[in-house]
Amino acid sequence: MSSGFSLSRILALMVKEFIQMRRDRLTFAMIIGIPIIQLVLFGYAINLDPKRLPTLMVAAESGPATRTIVAAMEASGYFSIAPGLASPAEANEALIDGSASYVITLPPGFERDLVRGTRPQLLVEADATDPAATSNALGALPQILSSALKRELTGPLATQASPPIAVDLVIQRRYNPEGITAYNIVPGLLGTILTMTTILMTALALTREIERGTMENLMAMPATPLEIMIGKIVPYIGFGLVQVAVILVCAQILFHVPMMGSFAVLLGVTFLFIGCNVTLGYTFSTIARNQMQAMQMTFFWFLPSILLSGFMFPFRGMPDWAQVIGSALPITHYIRSVRGIMLKGSGPADLVNEIWPLVAFWLAVGALALFRYRRTLD
Amino acid sequence: MAGDRPEEIIIDIHGLTKRFGNKTVVDDVSLDVRRGEIVGFLGPNGSGKTTTIRMICGLLRPDGGSGTCLGLDILRDADRIKRQVGYMTQRFSYYEDLTIRENLDFVARIYALPDRSAIVKKTLERLGLYERRDQLAGSLSGGWKQRLALAASVMHQPKLLLLDEPTAGVDPQARREFWDEIHALAEDGLTVLVSTHYMDEAERCHRIIYIAYGKIVARGTVAEVIERSGLSTIVVRGHDVGAIARLVRQKTGVEQVAPFGNDLHVVGPDAVALKQAVDAALVETHSDALAEPGETSLEDVFIRLMQEARARDHSANGTAKAESPS
Ligand SMILES: Nc1ncnc2c1ncn2[C@@H]1O[C@H](COP(=O)(O)OP(=O)(O)OP(=O)(O)O)[C@@H](O)[C@H]1O
Ligand SMILES: [Mg+2]
Repeated sequence: MSSGFSLSRILALMVKEFIQMRRDRLTFAMIIGIPIIQLVLFGYAINLDPKRLPTLMVAAESGPATRTIVAAMEASGYFSIAPGLASPAEANEALIDGSASYVITLPPGFERDLVRGTRPQLLVEADATDPAATSNALGALPQILSSALKRELTGPLATQASPPIAVDLVIQRRYNPEGITAYNIVPGLLGTILTMTTILMTALALTREIERGTMENLMAMPATPLEIMIGKIVPYIGFGLVQVAVILVCAQILFHVPMMGSFAVLLGVTFLFIGCNVTLGYTFSTIARNQMQAMQMTFFWFLPSILLSGFMFPFRGMPDWAQVIGSALPITHYIRSVRGIMLKGSGPADLVNEIWPLVAFWLAVGALALFRYRRTLD
Repeated sequence: MAGDRPEEIIIDIHGLTKRFGNKTVVDDVSLDVRRGEIVGFLGPNGSGKTTTIRMICGLLRPDGGSGTCLGLDILRDADRIKRQVGYMTQRFSYYEDLTIRENLDFVARIYALPDRSAIVKKTLERLGLYERRDQLAGSLSGGWKQRLALAASVMHQPKLLLLDEPTAGVDPQARREFWDEIHALAEDGLTVLVSTHYMDEAERCHRIIYIAYGKIVARGTVAEVIERSGLSTIVVRGHDVGAIARLVRQKTGVEQVAPFGNDLHVVGPDAVALKQAVDAALVETHSDALAEPGETSLEDVFIRLMQEARARDHSANGTAKAESPS
């Protein structure tokens, strides 16, 4: 009995663990913090039926029917229509850089044709790179339009509103016409896998040296903090690039994800992104006291990276505060870039808004790591 | 004065102090080591040897004091000092998951040694590890790890070697070779500060420094340190030394009693009192053992120094404690 199962031994272990945990403030914060963060994120940020996605109107002229359509789409809650009218070129650019999820185009003479009952075309272009973000809104669109136009066309024109719907609704799912989820998943997966592995690798970089006692020797050698940082980061950039190659090959074989843009651009953005991650991991390892803490920090970073980056949930569908946090994460910009390059054929000029945050992040964490690096054993 | 040839003083530190929390671990330590000297750094466990060495090579920030190492300020020029110093840590701190050669390669690259592969090969051959060069360092025995670490720390031909217990666990043959090599290097101008617990190694140093409770309590050549201790030793040889030991320990004038095989070393500060005590013990035990004057060993002196330092430290702490409640 006494050797197999002992309550007092278990109690002793629990007390020991508790004391250790209490002394280790970071673990303590994690144990409390992670459930809270998860609760908040799942409870509020995550919106599976995204609402108020940015929408642009392109039309030659505005009229009562146009205004009715805009009002009805706004009222549905799915669309947030920018005031005023956009030119076709502006609208196209907005779709590419992701600042608009939909573009509604009314052909010239739309108002007139509607009144005449010749069923004018109403073109809806949707950014379908993330099918989850657009499918519900597009599904609801015919209903929204028909009920709005029925009201508009009452009176002498009521007959025109007879079913079917008074406009010729044309929906174009751009970039991912078949709404294949894998097209969205692959860029996201690339981002999350790289985030997890590369940060973890470098997060252990210094803490492992400290735990194994090799740090003293390293410090006694004439290597500067910057040299040590670079020396520890670069191998893992290579490591990350190998991972990318593996993921892309698998994506090609399994999902036949198209590659519209150039590999050079993809490589460039990936390099920036991995650079951000390994440097962040290294920064963690200058702060953490041991490998356990370093791993916890990595995990702590990983959570918002998955949830707020637009990978699991459409970015534009999240509340503003979650979008702000998401915008500060390198993975958000990376996923957008990869989607742009692979599915839309975006070039560097289209990606400026994603590239500069990556560069800025990299420089900032690099500076923090150098600042935090301990030059002595004190 | 020393300023005539300042380059001759390799380590010159004054009043070096280090505290961990409120515990003063190194207390007002001053040292000077000249070019080509081999200085032994001795002291009981926890006396502050490693801490002092770490401050000299810039791995710890002193809380007080100042000094130069190779003419460079230890507080400001740590980076430049590191290039010219070889430091062998007390605990093996090369990479156990790297092979022997990879470790040496790493060091050679860190110090940007020209003709790296030739130097590494030469080092491996001199060590006698050439055949085992692709073995993981972690799989070496303790003594071999020490020999690898030593070889790695002299590979960049430093001007100053700081060795923290370099021969702990090393067999006698290898230790002798190690010391022969240290002397050869010193003749070429290398300066060595070496911490050790071995008396025979202390005797191979030009000078020794003895530290206890963070304070330097003795320094000089081995002969000087023994001489200044004022201790005398009587060697008792014969049967039944165990009974004599028990008895003589109680006598006044006797400080240390240590059996060495069939011999008994009896040590005390006053030669006359010591002789009386030993003679009395011989009479009381009716022993026919022979008592004759012996040479006081360095070990006896160190034990004395340590006991004195402990007494001082305790009385200092005792007064501190007595003051605090009031
Ligand atoms: N990082 C540290 N934090 C707190 N105390 C420390 C630290 N490093 C050393 N000490 C304390 O400083 C004292 C001196 O330690 P040091 O390692 O210098 O002794 P030493 O003379 O090298 O001993 P040994 O012969 O056992 O190697 C010890 O009491 C030790 O506990
Ligand atoms: Mg030590």
